[in-house]
Amino acid sequence: MKRVYVNEQWCLGCRLCEYYCAFAGIGGADMARTLKGVKINPRICVEENNGISFAVSCRHCEEPLCVKSCITGALTVNSDGGVIVVDKSRCVGCYTCILSCPYGAVSPSDDGVIQKCELCVKTVSGVPACVQGCPNNAIVFEERCVAL
Amino acid sequence: MKYVIIGNSAAGVGCIEGIRQVDREGEITVISNEPYHTYSRPLISYLLYGKTDEQKMKYRPDDFYEKNNVNFIYGNVTKIDSTAKTVEYETSILVYDKLLVATGSRAFVPPFAGLDGVAERYTFMSLNDAKALEQAISQDKRVLIVGAGLIGLKCAEGIAARVKSVTVADLADRILPSILDEQGAGIVQRHIESKGIKFKLSANITRFEGNTAILDGGDAIDFDILVLAVGVRPNTALLGGIADIDKGIIVNEKSETSAENIYAAGDCTQTIDASSGKSKIMALLPNAYMQGEIAGLNMAGFTSTLKPRFIPMNAIGFFGLHIITAGGCQLTIDNGQLTINKSDNYRRFFVDNGVLRGYILIGNVEKAGIYTSLIREQIPLVHIDFELLKEKPGLMAFSREDRAKKLTI
Repeated sequence: MKRVYVNEQWCLGCRLCEYYCAFAGIGGADMARTLKGVKINPRICVEENNGISFAVSCRHCEEPLCVKSCITGALTVNSDGGVIVVDKSRCVGCYTCILSCPYGAVSPSDDGVIQKCELCVKTVSGVPACVQGCPNNAIVFEERCVAL
Repeated sequence: MKYVIIGNSAAGVGCIEGIRQVDREGEITVISNEPYHTYSRPLISYLLYGKTDEQKMKYRPDDFYEKNNVNFIYGNVTKIDSTAKTVEYETSILVYDKLLVATGSRAFVPPFAGLDGVAERYTFMSLNDAKALEQAISQDKRVLIVGAGLIGLKCAEGIAARVKSVTVADLADRILPSILDEQGAGIVQRHIESKGIKFKLSANITRFEGNTAILDGGDAIDFDILVLAVGVRPNTALLGGIADIDKGIIVNEKSETSAENIYAAGDCTQTIDASSGKSKIMALLPNAYMQGEIAGLNMAGFTSTLKPRFIPMNAIGFFGLHIITAGGCQLTIDNGQLTINKSDNYRRFFVDNGVLRGYILIGNVEKAGIYTSLIREQIPLVHIDFELLKEKPGLMAFSREDRAKKLTI
């Protein structure tokens, strides 16, 4: 399946991916107007230190520890393509997925449960909003054949 | 192939999903002593708290058995015959080729004197337990919970707003002794106390006189409802004389017991803790599911080179304060390293021989899984920037090559 991959050497640390991600979650006509003054809580996060930066979001693992560990069954592998999705109505916010994810790619949501990248590919261009918004190809959406 | 699974919780479900990855045709029968669709046991406190309901508690969708072609039997297994390869229950006998024992654990009820004289007494392990307790509680009832562990405290949180008072008593000198150190326990205790729950620690209950618990030293606690959450014991009896049992049923990395064609998974088992190398019971839902899945894969003939690595680990919260721990979190490890930020933001790491053996996070628990992976995989800390990682969990602490492996393939 196609996944989001990171080209660390191209990341500018501009955090536009975080803003596009947050905007994709909130929706609206204009990103700048929607997010102005808003403390965003994106599902992709840029790590930055000593001039190095890169974005991290869910790897959609083939052996997903978050799904296997989920105590409610709220996290599942989508049957039509391997995307790991969360049913927020069933999540109780126990954070066992946060305990389990080796990438740190699951985070608390603003509504008391959890959130993670669910590959928002139903965009106009068919690629996730973070990839679409990256100005430097530092995150790409590709099929790579090595199994995770 | 005839598969029989005793138990309908996380390990049983994992087994079904493991089998069906390999074998779509084999006949799967699940037998459970609870008359319910598979439900998430840890959610019973959330049910009383009002954060979930019986429908949402279902661990898998309504069509789970149908979709996986599973035959469900509500019954109480009384005997396994490993020679005849049969399982006996009230009315009938099931024949198996491969058997999974996923019988879970039961509440341990100490032989307190006078316990029989307590009219309203409950345990807190199952949906039926939660329903019974829910029937009993009301705004004018004082509840005494014996046991300040995970079950007792989740019960306290679940019912706190629905009763007159909750007192939690424990023989130990701190709460959550199985997962927290003294300092962390103090932080969590103060938070829970701020929500109106009272604690009586180092409390040795010698007997009950009606609805009064008498403590060693003469103190007494009056109550209307008693909840016993002292501990749990694995349900191993069915394999007595058939397979090797220590405290739990001993299983290997394929979830095999010592008896041919019999597998076991979940709370009834004990296996190797990858953080300490010791064989122990790790009665936790994620481990139960993964052990069950591995059992299912192997029962269906799949040979995997992947070796599962189980560790003790817990994610739990009380009244909005989150706690995540993994590995050995008791003060049995030398060279423990301590980092404390704010009073409600506690972090402690246990390092031994250059590897992370355990950690405790209270408050801010973000990206905890990165720490968990260090314990699970026993990654030498010389390969990472552990000082950075302790302050700020992230993949930044790994080398560029390791990071590339994580993010680009």
